[in-house]
Amino acid sequence: MKQIAIVAFHQSRAVADAGACNEVEMIMPVLSEVYQQVGINNAQDVDFVCSGSCDYLQGAAFAFVAGVDALGAVPPIKESHVEMDAAWAVYESILKIRMGHADSALIYGFGKSSPGELPIVLSQQLDPYYLAPQWVDTISLAALQARLMLEQGKLTERDMAEVVSRSRRNALNNPNAQLAGDISAEDVLADEMYLSPLRKADCCPVSDGASAMIICTVEKAQQWGVPFALITGIDHRIETHNLGMRDLTDSVSTRLAAEGAGVADGSVDVAELYAPFSHQEIILARALGLDEGTSVNPSGGVLAGNLMMASGLSRIGEVFQRIVSGEAQRGVAHATSGPCLQHNLVTVVEKA
Amino acid sequence: MSDQREPITGIDVPISLKYNFTAGAGPARFLSQVRKGVLTGQRCPRCEQVYIPPRGSCAACGVPTEEEVVLADKATVQSFTIVSIPIPTNPIEPPYIIANLVADGANISFIHLMSDCVNEEVRIGQRVQAVWKPEEEWDYAMDNIRYFTPIDEPDVPADKIGKLPVSGWGA
Amino acid sequence: MPESEILNQAFELGYTYTRSTGPVVGRFLTGLRDQQIVGIRASDGRVVVPPMEYDPDTAEALSEFVDVSDEGEVVSWAWVKHPREAHPSSQPFAWAMIRLDGADVPMVHWVRAKDESDIRCGSRVRARWADETVGFITDIAGFELVGE
Repeated sequence: MKQIAIVAFHQSRAVADAGACNEVEMIMPVLSEVYQQVGINNAQDVDFVCSGSCDYLQGAAFAFVAGVDALGAVPPIKESHVEMDAAWAVYESILKIRMGHADSALIYGFGKSSPGELPIVLSQQLDPYYLAPQWVDTISLAALQARLMLEQGKLTERDMAEVVSRSRRNALNNPNAQLAGDISAEDVLADEMYLSPLRKADCCPVSDGASAMIICTVEKAQQWGVPFALITGIDHRIETHNLGMRDLTDSVSTRLAAEGAGVADGSVDVAELYAPFSHQEIILARALGLDEGTSVNPSGGVLAGNLMMASGLSRIGEVFQRIVSGEAQRGVAHATSGPCLQHNLVTVVEKA
Repeated sequence: MSDQREPITGIDVPISLKYNFTAGAGPARFLSQVRKGVLTGQRCPRCEQVYIPPRGSCAACGVPTEEEVVLADKATVQSFTIVSIPIPTNPIEPPYIIANLVADGANISFIHLMSDCVNEEVRIGQRVQAVWKPEEEWDYAMDNIRYFTPIDEPDVPADKIGKLPVSGWGA
Repeated sequence: MPESEILNQAFELGYTYTRSTGPVVGRFLTGLRDQQIVGIRASDGRVVVPPMEYDPDTAEALSEFVDVSDEGEVVSWAWVKHPREAHPSSQPFAWAMIRLDGADVPMVHWVRAKDESDIRCGSRVRARWADETVGFITDIAGFELVGE
């Protein structure tokens, strides 16, 4: 089977409001960065392009089509789109390369969430008969999940506060972070409840931004002559939409995806986990079987800035950057979608 | 009530979401000029095509279009259609003309209305000019121009449409 | 290049969807109209409320409807101190997972409570029916705490 190399990654700063920037203007700068990293001009110089976004975020129908204006699609290019986080666009691109239809692929994800009321917009991804008409927002559902964990003694509020504290401190070294600071678990616990049992700091912020990546065959990476890391495993699993039938205190789908991706086949130096709420990082670390030997979310993770539809791609990119810099040999990236970690994708990235 | 006996087979689930739309940086610069009665295109630094209204990128090259180009309010008909049926929510009485117009100095067409013309005589290559609303009604909107109307200039041959300088069709 | 002004325009995006319910969801909603909550028996015998068309474990089509109580127990809850405009209550309230008597699987709905301290896991609640029930999930106008 063809080995897949990651050769380039870039993320914009996560900002609370991208102001005047439209989707094209958010995407172009990150594309320009990844082009420069491998020395190409535009999307004409790769074999396949796949993006991830959701038109509901900014309420602009077919915003993803407008995004194609960022690519230089004259003459026409091979292009695809997933109405999901762009981590799933990586999955599609890998299939494209493995099938022999492409040697290289450009992947990007973008989200301008600030124009709408994101937790309410996301309520419309729920089942349309029982839940969406009640407008149950994503934060409330995560709070129900956290309560189950607390009630069953599977974590404490302090455990959650520790996750927040580590995220904010790690984010001090991440120039793209939206929230960073030297705060302790005590500082977090001193805050009032926001949506009990969640404090505001337990919840990721709403952010605008984009990220992009280029993957290719090893031969192509060598031809480009740039440092690369290998994607040695990738798998994703989804659970039922019926929240009552899931064990919300565990992530069975993450565990199965981790088995499929071969997470346990070696040590994990670094893990970037898409945990929009502090307690979810704990669920994920357990499901992935991580221990103290793993540096979890050294970027600060999405509690420091959450680019809807790009954060999952960015997790893979963060691991890639740590491997090519020599900081880590082997890492795991996780992406999620749906309420309370419904759908999970796990990628293993290794030193070439 | 008798319908109480009928089982439910369908439901109305209207959804409504509130947003605060923001024009892109490129479109915002264009709209700020339109508000002053000026049509501004943006030129691609690579292929040098001029776009109006600009979206912020050259779709052909995938690069930002940052150079502003002031255009004339004269244009050439690149294509058109005569609309004979009423469109819901559109106040204009049919029949009317929607045309693809290329402003002098631009390379890419935009869509606008044509009026004060004989519909049957509208043709590709025909020369038109903007009829603006009174200045006090100008806003950040392309409908500051009410419509385009034919002017007395010779037609532009098909292969020259979209290639005229901003100075127009000197002939 | 001149600085761009930031031009905003508030707008409301509306979708006037109508949905077919199919026989399973339809049966549940018809039950709500009659102020009766209906579940369905899954392959492993568990009673699922609201009913699902297919068993999430076996994918088997489900068809055995089971009437359940409109009273039950709070399994989990979240306190909404600042309700959003779209939420079902303008007063502080709790979202909850509620396991109704006769059901095995909790459902998500909301609970009326004056204060956060009034509710806990294990609290007993009862459906409050809307003044007019029409066959929609909001026929349950929230659950009310039942005195202990």
